[in-house]
Amino acid sequence: MKEKSGAEILVDSLIAQGVEVVFGYPGGAVLPIYDSLFEHPKLRHVLVRHEAGAAHAAEGYARATGKPGVVLVTSGPGATNAVTGIADAFLDSIPLVVITGQVATNLIGSDAFQEADTVGITRHCSKHNYLVKDPADLAPVVAEAFDLATRGRPGPVVIDIPKNVQVASTGEKQKERNRHNPPSKADFADITQAIELLSKAKAPILYTGGGIINSGPAASEALRELAELTGAPVTSTLMGLGAFPASGDKWLGMLGMHGTYEANMAMNQCDVMLCLGARFDDRVTGRLDAFSPNSTKIHVDIDRSSINKTIHVDLGIIADVGTAMKQMIDIWKSRKTKSADLSEWWSRIKGWRAVECLNYPENKDSIMPQLAIERLYELTKDKKPIITTEVGQHQMWAAQHFHFDEPNKWLTSGGLGTMGYGMPAAIGAQMGNPDALVIDIAGEASIQMNIQEMGTATQYRLPVKIFILNNEWMGMVRQWQELTYEGRYSSSYSDSLPDFVALAESYGWKGIRIEKPGDLDAGIEEMLAYDGPVMVDCRVTKDANCFPMIPSGASHTEMILHSDEVSGTMDDEAKALV
Amino acid sequence: MQIKQEKSERHVLTLMVDNEAGTLARVAGMFTSRGYNIDSLTVADINEDHSTSRITIVTNGPPPVIDQIIAQCERLVPVHKVTDLTDAGPHVERELALVKVAGKGDNRIEAIRLADIYRARVIDATTGSFVFEITGSPAKIDTFVALMREVGLVEVARTGVAGLMRGSDQS
Ligand SMILES: Cc1ncc(C[n+]2csc(CCOP(=O)(O)OP(=O)(O)O)c2C)c(N)n1
Repeated sequence: MKEKSGAEILVDSLIAQGVEVVFGYPGGAVLPIYDSLFEHPKLRHVLVRHEAGAAHAAEGYARATGKPGVVLVTSGPGATNAVTGIADAFLDSIPLVVITGQVATNLIGSDAFQEADTVGITRHCSKHNYLVKDPADLAPVVAEAFDLATRGRPGPVVIDIPKNVQVASTGEKQKERNRHNPPSKADFADITQAIELLSKAKAPILYTGGGIINSGPAASEALRELAELTGAPVTSTLMGLGAFPASGDKWLGMLGMHGTYEANMAMNQCDVMLCLGARFDDRVTGRLDAFSPNSTKIHVDIDRSSINKTIHVDLGIIADVGTAMKQMIDIWKSRKTKSADLSEWWSRIKGWRAVECLNYPENKDSIMPQLAIERLYELTKDKKPIITTEVGQHQMWAAQHFHFDEPNKWLTSGGLGTMGYGMPAAIGAQMGNPDALVIDIAGEASIQMNIQEMGTATQYRLPVKIFILNNEWMGMVRQWQELTYEGRYSSSYSDSLPDFVALAESYGWKGIRIEKPGDLDAGIEEMLAYDGPVMVDCRVTKDANCFPMIPSGASHTEMILHSDEVSGTMDDEAKALV
Repeated sequence: MQIKQEKSERHVLTLMVDNEAGTLARVAGMFTSRGYNIDSLTVADINEDHSTSRITIVTNGPPPVIDQIIAQCERLVPVHKVTDLTDAGPHVERELALVKVAGKGDNRIEAIRLADIYRARVIDATTGSFVFEITGSPAKIDTFVALMREVGLVEVARTGVAGLMRGSDQS
């Protein structure tokens, strides 16, 4: 075998994995790799403006394409800057392979220039990580890393490569290892038991999550069929939106802290709950001891540690959720299973729907943020846009008022709740889908966390649209302070904001400001008509709050629907529960 | 406001892991990062080619937490197998301790007498001190150490628990 340098082996291994794009930022400890990438005919490198941007862009790319996202950053500050994105991908189960440079092996541990213990720092926020000390290990490590990142429960994998390992050459290659054997099919007996329970249920519900998106488009198809066969209503976590069409008649909307009244009531009152690729997160369950008290719970998850982690379930099924649903469908059909009469259940759901929990007060003078999202939805839905978000009220309003009929169109930071995710994620999604309409629904505070990525969009001519719901507040923080701390708004005002339109123009973008409800549609149309990146500063009502809301420490039935139900304080138990 | 505590059980877990850099940090660090307890931990490689190590961890927690600990251990890539000896059935647990006592006269005689009863071996002796080596269950060692305290305990080194299933099955 011809001798190759570590850097060449790395690049060839990436090509062998089918990688087309790398999001990264150079520095001393990755110069050999950057040299191998120079004018590379197959691998495209996207130069971000901050390594956090690289990690989130790779996440956006992964979520929107279903392929793993690849990140390349230097040692020390390059790696530490990427950590937030790695942690974000870990909590949301996004497949990433993150390559970090490291100081030469003989310098490790000596507090060398730009040395950080990357493997130590990322150990508990990655699915796995490696420090490669021999170039002969590189090819097998990269192969195992991609396998780990993408199969089973996906997640980020970090490969830390010392600079001398990038430079050294070898003709050898260590044996490939594969220590990874994720489950796929479910036990036949478990599936039949699940069907038995479902078919006898008088008030069943399908509680779905991001696992269905991760499993691939076939899982979303299977979910539709399963809902049809069982006649059960469907709700989803924030991460699972789009797996089931929001236009479907069985759709209850999102559940959880800012979920719909009908979804949360149905979760509380159901008699059989089938959880598919979701993980009973605290934002979903509310108070644990009051969570769906009378239901038999079935949980399908590919990660055994998700089963019985917070909520005890009656039947845990460890399997790929798409495969398990397919198995259920096959057995359901072959046994000519019929569901019980669900008419009473549906009439109760109808009653909950009649509450129209997503209604919001009208406002003639200023733009209600919910209205802005509604109009954005109406004017873009035919284009099947990819929506990313930042974190805050705007994120929840987007989840409530933008409707998704397909998977991989909704990209948001659910588990870690990372402000600054949305713009780089939009850039990554656009890289993977050059012809798609990609919109980041943002808040004026969050957008400033990775605002530097505007330059990346300009450089690569990515026509992303940033739609800022500018309420001049860290709205979600303000809302909690209003609910919990009697309106003592400690440091939650977004002071000294930039002129977003001027800022956009200075980056070569188009900037648009929308100030009046009457100008909303025209402003959105103008944004859509522009063939290039646009930043919209949409000035919205400053004090609107996001409802429904399950306050912390409350159960699904104790939803606050309107601002007049807000008491302004909470007891210590509730205050402590995030 | 009070922070709630739940009732704990003691469990002995054994993990078969790849013997490579970082494995111990990964396992031990997972316990700390998720707030699990480690009462004792032993690790050593166990086959001729040095490729596999066996980690024995004594932990405690309420039953659902123990189940979660096992599941979280299984998620770690270099961990190949986890066995809960406490749940798996009859098993043996042994720990080794070195116990140093110093004293003269009656205390010295009493120390030797107790060591004999507990089958501790003298592995170092001076005119004013002994070092005993004792193996046994952690409870037996606890008692022995408590007794030695009364006759001039200076210091103790314990290895932590190693455990195996009884009978012919592999754990
Ligand atoms: C990196 C990071 N820091 C802090 C927070 C806490 N946080 C959650 S929402 C929020 C305010 C977001 O404000 P803005 O982006 O303006 O959105 P709005 O809620 O007003 O829609 C903050 C500070 C967070 N989620 N992420």
